[in-house]
Amino acid sequence: MKISRAVAVIAAAGLAVGLTACGSGFGSGGSKQDNTKPLSILIGSSGDAETAAVKSAVAAWSKTSGIKATVTVASDLNQQLAQGFSSGKPADVFYLSTDALAGYASNGSLYSYGDKLPNKGDFYPTLVKSFTFDNKLVCAPKDFSTLQLIINTDLWSKAGLTDSDIPTTWDQLSSVAKKLTTGTQTGLVIGGEYARVGAFMTEAGGNLMNADSTKATADSDANLKALQYVKDNLTAGDFKFAADVGAGWGGEAFGKQLGAMTIEGNWITGSQTADYPNVHFKVVPLPKGPAGAGTLQFSNCWGIAADSANKTSALSLVEKLTTKADQLAFAKAFGVMPSIQSAASEWKKEFPSLAPFLDAAKYAQNVPAAKGASDVVTDFNSQVAKLASGDPKTILTSTQQNLEALLK
Amino acid sequence: MTAATAARARVSRRRSGVSRGQALSGWLFTAPVLVILGLFLLIPVLMAAWVSVSDWTGRGSPLSPGVHFIGAQNYGQVLWAGGLSERDFGTALKNNFWYVILVVPIQTVVALALALAVNRRMLRGRGFFRTAFYFPSVTSSVAITVLWLFLFSTTGAVNAVIAWFGVKGPNWFNAPAGIFHFGATSGPALLTGNTALGVSWWDWLGGPSIAMTAFIILAVFTTGGTFMLLFLAALQNLSGDVEEAAMVDGANSAQRFFRVTLPQLRPTLFTVITLGLIGCWQVFDQIYTGTHGNPSKTTLTPAYLSYTAAFQNNQWGQGAAIAFILFVIIIVFTIIQRVVLAEKKVSKRRMGWITRAERQADTNGTAAIAVQGSYGEQNS
Repeated sequence: MKISRAVAVIAAAGLAVGLTACGSGFGSGGSKQDNTKPLSILIGSSGDAETAAVKSAVAAWSKTSGIKATVTVASDLNQQLAQGFSSGKPADVFYLSTDALAGYASNGSLYSYGDKLPNKGDFYPTLVKSFTFDNKLVCAPKDFSTLQLIINTDLWSKAGLTDSDIPTTWDQLSSVAKKLTTGTQTGLVIGGEYARVGAFMTEAGGNLMNADSTKATADSDANLKALQYVKDNLTAGDFKFAADVGAGWGGEAFGKQLGAMTIEGNWITGSQTADYPNVHFKVVPLPKGPAGAGTLQFSNCWGIAADSANKTSALSLVEKLTTKADQLAFAKAFGVMPSIQSAASEWKKEFPSLAPFLDAAKYAQNVPAAKGASDVVTDFNSQVAKLASGDPKTILTSTQQNLEALLK
Repeated sequence: MTAATAARARVSRRRSGVSRGQALSGWLFTAPVLVILGLFLLIPVLMAAWVSVSDWTGRGSPLSPGVHFIGAQNYGQVLWAGGLSERDFGTALKNNFWYVILVVPIQTVVALALALAVNRRMLRGRGFFRTAFYFPSVTSSVAITVLWLFLFSTTGAVNAVIAWFGVKGPNWFNAPAGIFHFGATSGPALLTGNTALGVSWWDWLGGPSIAMTAFIILAVFTTGGTFMLLFLAALQNLSGDVEEAAMVDGANSAQRFFRVTLPQLRPTLFTVITLGLIGCWQVFDQIYTGTHGNPSKTTLTPAYLSYTAAFQNNQWGQGAAIAFILFVIIIVFTIIQRVVLAEKKVSKRRMGWITRAERQADTNGTAAIAVQGSYGEQNS
């Protein structure tokens, strides 16, 4: 009897310890601030070059500040962030994409430090807008890119085209695409998704949502015009989606010469030189649509966790990583574009052939950032993939309904 | 108290002491498993159940005071609210339903056929074939999925083989068309106009997409070997007598298989189909590594949807709700197949035949013994 009672007590105590341990793991983060605590940095790296560049920049900061910092490369950034936030022990500093911002900002996972940045006014205003939540800049834009037209120069001259043929209107784009379509090669091959087709929407004066992501504008006439234009060219066979030519994305189709032109961001330059060094290409501005110039831009920011135990140091690290010197170093290492305007002229001097990507920063538009918008965009993509046989009006109407449901 | 009662009391005390001691050591021995199951199974399941009826946003503990009970709202979002979540769940359910309907019967038949093939005593190199058929099952599902992506790419091996027959193979993992639509892109208004769970009847009836079909082939390829092993073990447990008796009775090989062998395999069949059903409803790895639900959401499955809802879209409640709905679906399917496969009482009419046949066999048997007896006499 006595023994069993003793055992019961031990077992209960064990369970209690187990549960409290578990409880501390899930504990809400009323974390004590400590300016000497080491930092952990979680990044979603595009490759060794990026990892090495971030590591060396962080190491340089550690040296001057005397605070230890470790950079971890995430295999699945979104999932690892979600796990960190729910366990109450997230990474202190991390990459954060525009579409994940609203979700984490609204549940209080993010430390909104934008107003404390000394160089806040130096960031491109459109980027600031894309990382603003509740009228406050949440995190510092890390770098960005816009979409532009990429042309295979060998195939271009082989088709008898010259620099004067570079398209500046939709009609011209269609006609050069037709000239470049031969046999297994298609004039323009792009990803069949909002993140590429959306560029045409902005050129027609539309987009899925307004600039602040507070209003759904999917079923506008401008968007219809854009989708109809893409559909007509798909039907004619002069445009194709990457998946339909057996490629994973536009860059792969371009490198394999399945397409003579594509629409991508500046990340294509790195992959082309690494995987397809024999393909010569040129970056030109996207042709103007019925409403003038337009394109989409993509960006990440340096998020800081609200549960970080050393926010002061995290902020000083981010300040350092967004300085002109560091951003230009990153640009040289892995081809990104600085998010601050003061670095623009030096960047252009360094990479004159990529200038169209940066020139578009003035008018580039953001992807929808409302909470849950990425789900709607996924649904839009699943319908756009079938655009050749689908009805643009139906696609836009259902997307409009889905977006309106988010804003209720 | 007399000496006798005192003795009796002592005995009973000792006895209860013994049983108590046994109970204690019993608990001690089972404690590790109980603690592990409790910690890694029971508590997480209960927490998930709580999350599915709460407004937890994924930050901090789901048990913290800031998290509220919101009733069946999360379930409503995926089952009857009429929004994107419901349509996504309907699509996922449709995809997985066809996957189950096709994979479970095919893999069971294939596994049984393979088991019968390698169980033959006459077969040379049985060991080699058994290993070869079982091999896909022990390979990581991620590796096999990547292999599949290469085999079924537009210019892959599968399309090269199809091209020998002068047919241009489809763009497998990028083809969203339902195979039972036979290339039609729109259906009659009756089917396209009505919806269930936000998905039109036309789409429900369209069958798996070509991309999903590639995954169906993958599932049959990998699990066929696993279940072959179960059938093989069962076949080797069957005694040869029954089979020989059937041979003596003049049953041909088809009759022997369907009337003698198969009924004896019923328990294994139940196991195989149950495991197959559960595995098929939980398909996740292939989608996660392969297609992420593309093309056009035709390889989206509830398990993958639950993951994306929770980890990518911060809809933890919905993710947990989908997981519990999936749990109910699996239970229901298992119960249905249990009822279908249950041993039925033999009907009166049938019983009549059997007793008559038995009587007949008895008289024949006596005659046979008599004949044998007379032979025996001759031999001696």
